[in-house]
Amino acid sequence: MKISLRREQYLELYYYMRLNRSLEERLVTLFRQNKVVGGLYSSLGQEATSVGTAYALEKRDWMAPMIRNVGALLVKGYRPRDIFLQYMARYDSPTHGKDGTSHFGDLKERHVISPISMLGDLIPVMTGVAIAGRYLGQNIVAMTWIGDGGTSTGAFHEGMNFAATQRAPFVCVVENNQWAYSTPVRRQVPIRNLADRARAYGITSYIVDGNDVVAVYRVAKEAVERCRAGEGPILIEAKTMRMKGHAQHDPAEYVPREMFEYWQARDPIARYETFLSRQGLWTEQEKQQILDRIEREIAEDLAFAENSPFPPPELAEQGVYCEDAYEIKPEWQRPIEEVMPPKASVQAVWQVEDFGGIAEGAVQVIEAAAAPARDGTGRRQVARTPQRGKKKLSARGKGR
Amino acid sequence: MAHVTFLEAIRQALFEEMERDPAVVCLGEDIGVYGGAFKVTAGLLERFGWERVIDTPISETAIVGAAVGMSYLGLRPVAEMQFMDFIACCFNQITNFAAKSYYRWGAPVPIVIRGPSGGGVHGGPFHSQNPEMYFVHTPGLKVVYPATPYDAKGLLKSAIRDNNPVLFFEHKFLYRRIKEEIPADDYTVPLGQAKVRREGRDLTLVTYAAMVHTCLEAAEQLAQEGIEVELIDLRTLLPLDRETILQSLRKTNKLLVVHEDTKTGGIAGEIAALVCENAFEDLDGPILRVTALDTPVPYSPPLEERFLPNVHDVVRAARELARY
Ligand SMILES: Cc1ncc(C[n+]2csc(CCOP(=O)(O)OP(=O)(O)O)c2C)c(N)n1
Ligand SMILES: [Mg+2]
Repeated sequence: MKISLRREQYLELYYYMRLNRSLEERLVTLFRQNKVVGGLYSSLGQEATSVGTAYALEKRDWMAPMIRNVGALLVKGYRPRDIFLQYMARYDSPTHGKDGTSHFGDLKERHVISPISMLGDLIPVMTGVAIAGRYLGQNIVAMTWIGDGGTSTGAFHEGMNFAATQRAPFVCVVENNQWAYSTPVRRQVPIRNLADRARAYGITSYIVDGNDVVAVYRVAKEAVERCRAGEGPILIEAKTMRMKGHAQHDPAEYVPREMFEYWQARDPIARYETFLSRQGLWTEQEKQQILDRIEREIAEDLAFAENSPFPPPELAEQGVYCEDAYEIKPEWQRPIEEVMPPKASVQAVWQVEDFGGIAEGAVQVIEAAAAPARDGTGRRQVARTPQRGKKKLSARGKGR
Repeated sequence: MAHVTFLEAIRQALFEEMERDPAVVCLGEDIGVYGGAFKVTAGLLERFGWERVIDTPISETAIVGAAVGMSYLGLRPVAEMQFMDFIACCFNQITNFAAKSYYRWGAPVPIVIRGPSGGGVHGGPFHSQNPEMYFVHTPGLKVVYPATPYDAKGLLKSAIRDNNPVLFFEHKFLYRRIKEEIPADDYTVPLGQAKVRREGRDLTLVTYAAMVHTCLEAAEQLAQEGIEVELIDLRTLLPLDRETILQSLRKTNKLLVVHEDTKTGGIAGEIAALVCENAFEDLDGPILRVTALDTPVPYSPPLEERFLPNVHDVVRAARELARY
């Protein structure tokens, strides 16, 4: 698939990534000033993944951000003030102080679904969005993100499998940032590429350098369009690195210094600046204009956020139930007759083409992929078949 | 008017709602080609097609999660649990995703999760439970547990049309045992309203689901002894119809609560607290509870009989209360 970007788009990608980072830098200051309520999460080092993937969506498409997807929220039309207000728990925030962080959304305009803290739960939810969009004839694609750690949940598996059986137009971006809180990816899964899981679901997957915004965008765009054409779901693994602790309180001392250095040298924004200059896609003056704009927007939005009041206490009691008067109306973009009897009527029998056997007496061995490397504990993991009667050998020691 | 079973009434509600509104879709395990483990969804696939009647993998979390996602685009999915016992597998989607969505960010979740529950059919520990109270403890959900075909149909229609996530419990003991004349035309029964099934002046008996029938039988016996029971069928557990309970209590001054759910943390405790807080002065005796034992649901018939409350238990408790 030929995917090209116009010059303004290249600059827009830069704008969003830089805005993502600058806004989070400002949040750190607010955190130190005790103006953030609760924890502060950062997407430092992962901006290219968030921005590049979300940039592949159209206005009609749906997304659900995770906590490190501030960049995606900006691309979908939210402003820095929304993020400030959410973290500061103010009344003007999208949730009026009822929830914080990236936990907000908008069904009507931006087509953004709020995540919940429980990892993995968005996978089936976005599967449902994708199926509903297809049913209504909207030709939309649903996208969400999940961390390397989040892929270990049952909800992730149930959702991916259901999406696969439904061929749902759903793009799942696995942000492999090498860490899940303090746990390295090797302790989550004994496979090198998280994308390998896609094979078990019988779906297409991509692996991409998550710190290269153009590569990320191209892959995401291709995946989105393939899903739209009915080839979904698709899984994208973006290899990247969480450049801070799990949250602001966590100094991440468990991350080897060399690992930070390795990834620091691959910082997505620095790399993209070099790319834009080398390709002659911007002038020094244009770069400065973008930076000035970001500076101005952040200052304005921060002033607004700081002046926003806290919510009135009585709000706590309101809005648990949605009243009857609230009108819920699906947007039909296909003739309703198609889904109504008698047109919808079918013969209720399964078409079974394959009766499921293998050749008589056949045995097939499917070996594990190459044994995983050291798991970070100094132990070598050895794949072995347990032998009856024999004491299991310990896998400790220097290895072979 | 037609004479229908509890099960048929539920099937009719689904059928008529799907006929009425193309936003209504059904999903669950074995609900399509097979028509559901209890045949509640029989005939839906033939009439409404593959897109509206979705046979899913065995993935309760995916079923409810997908229903939530569908509802965000304005659909009104009805998700079936093959047995309500399996609702434990999607507890998180229900209590954390669906229940809190509207409160947190203003996104309504108009879904129904329905399925067979309850004991008395020797289903054992995993096919007999009454898991309603896990959800009654969760603000944002509505919990419905009908006792008659008329109510089942009318309440299910209301549940489907409601803008909130509704859990709809169908007592499987009633499926084919209880029959009733119900109107042929469209009607609904509002959520959140209890029904006085029998009027009486001596004591108030609050119950719901299959126990309504047990209690009606007990009330007959008690009437012969001169004890007139006012029997309230809750129908909806969340939101609870406090007014109907309090009104009756103020008349009879005595309260007995009966449920098939286990005792500790059952709704009887909540109702007792409600009465103590609001009508303590009106009480002429202790608030009594007749419930299942605080054990898992046992399998073997003599064990399950011991576990479940019966007519005799209700009569005995009512007599005791009437003495005050
Ligand atoms: C189901 C669940 N269990 C535990 C947690 C607590 N928790 C929050 S974030 C996190 C680590 C997540 O790691 P990963 O999925 O790799 O995402 P990352 O933080 O690296 O972006 C944990 C354990 C949670 N949110 N959800
Ligand atoms: Mg991670």
